[in-house]
Amino acid sequence: MGREDVKVVSFWASLFGRRVEWALKLKGIQYEYIEEDISNKSSLLLNLNPVHKKVPVLLHHQKPIIESCLILEYIDETWMHNPLLPPQPHQKALARFWSKFADETMVDAAWMAMCFSGNEKESALKVGRESMQRIEDEIRGKKFFGGDDIGYLDIALGWISYWLPVWEQVGSFQILDPLKFPAIIAWITNFLNHPVITDSLPPRNELLLYYQRIRSQLSST
Amino acid sequence: MSKGEEEVKLLGAWPSPFVLRARIALNMKSVRYEFLQETFGSKSQLLLQSNPVHKKIPVLIHGDKPVCESLIIVEYIDQVWSSPPSILPSHPYDRAVARFWAAYLDEKWFPAMKSVQGAKGEEERKALMQQLEEGLALMESAYHSVSKGKPFFGGDRVGYLDIAFGCYLGWLRVIESFSGLKLLDHAKTPGLAQWAQAFCAHDAVKPVMPETDKLIEFAKVLMAKAPPK
Repeated sequence: MGREDVKVVSFWASLFGRRVEWALKLKGIQYEYIEEDISNKSSLLLNLNPVHKKVPVLLHHQKPIIESCLILEYIDETWMHNPLLPPQPHQKALARFWSKFADETMVDAAWMAMCFSGNEKESALKVGRESMQRIEDEIRGKKFFGGDDIGYLDIALGWISYWLPVWEQVGSFQILDPLKFPAIIAWITNFLNHPVITDSLPPRNELLLYYQRIRSQLSST
Repeated sequence: MSKGEEEVKLLGAWPSPFVLRARIALNMKSVRYEFLQETFGSKSQLLLQSNPVHKKIPVLIHGDKPVCESLIIVEYIDQVWSSPPSILPSHPYDRAVARFWAAYLDEKWFPAMKSVQGAKGEEERKALMQQLEEGLALMESAYHSVSKGKPFFGGDRVGYLDIAFGCYLGWLRVIESFSGLKLLDHAKTPGLAQWAQAFCAHDAVKPVMPETDKLIEFAKVLMAKAPPK
């Protein structure tokens, strides 16, 4: 394979951006990483993603692809070795369904549990825990969501293994109860121990400081 | 029985734009299916069993396996009934662009459309209408760059983004009727106006696209049943 022109525009703490890097690394695709300061968005980002103005952006031969899960699909369809999505149509539909569910429901709930207090926090926790139960039911009996190896859904849910525990610490709450969700806890260990993932995580203490800053900024507004 | 020959059921309701997506996709592939309409105001046991997470239509039941979420259903249909016409574009980049705009419509544009009828006061209504207009301007521009001079987002044929966007046309006409304002027309969005005509006339769309008058009547029933503010 010749030298491909692949760039990733992202922010070091972004859980969405990390998905893209994991996928590229799992496929052995070389890429150039471009760090974006999301508190001071560059004209590059605004040109690449004028509609949402967000990271990550994948640039392949200078063409931008946006939205982390869509980028995962693009990567899988462009570099077809080591497939991320299951080939069987119903399994593929399920993987897409659960990643959409998690992005629409769980990320927000966990974020709100971290940032807010009182009733808002309690509502968010309820949603977070109910959603986590569904994910527990999906992973039970499997090493990874993708089967024997990491797949699309593992990557999409990867934030649960690393970002969620940080948010729990920052926001003083617990969703990941090992007694309630033993299968997820086991999956977290497997996921974080995977050689590609273990080498591609932001430093935990910096992540913690970053979200602590965010939380205190939100409380003071 | 091969995968393509198993029984196909679609749980849905005629007014739903999301259900319409599934019906158009099935029509494009000439798939025979049983259309099981949910009664407005209640959810059948089959729906609750097939989509326990969201309890929403559409649900495609193929053999005994349910597929939920309209865009996921469209992709499933395209994959299972893989003979032409293809619904998704063939090139990964074009797929990414089509999926991007479909997600934009569902996540940003349609929520504004849904909120217009329930808007509290003229200012909120105006702001939402403006959001809709801005979104349509984006789609007009997307249409020109994606279609490259051909009639549909999918080129010569109706494709994924045509279906994802076209399903909203009926309800868009309802909003225009209630507000007395044109949002998608030859003056404001000439490309889309032509596209909309071609889309609605398409063989796979015409038999299932709800008539605007019927949607208006349905909308009035919905508004009458809505709790007072």
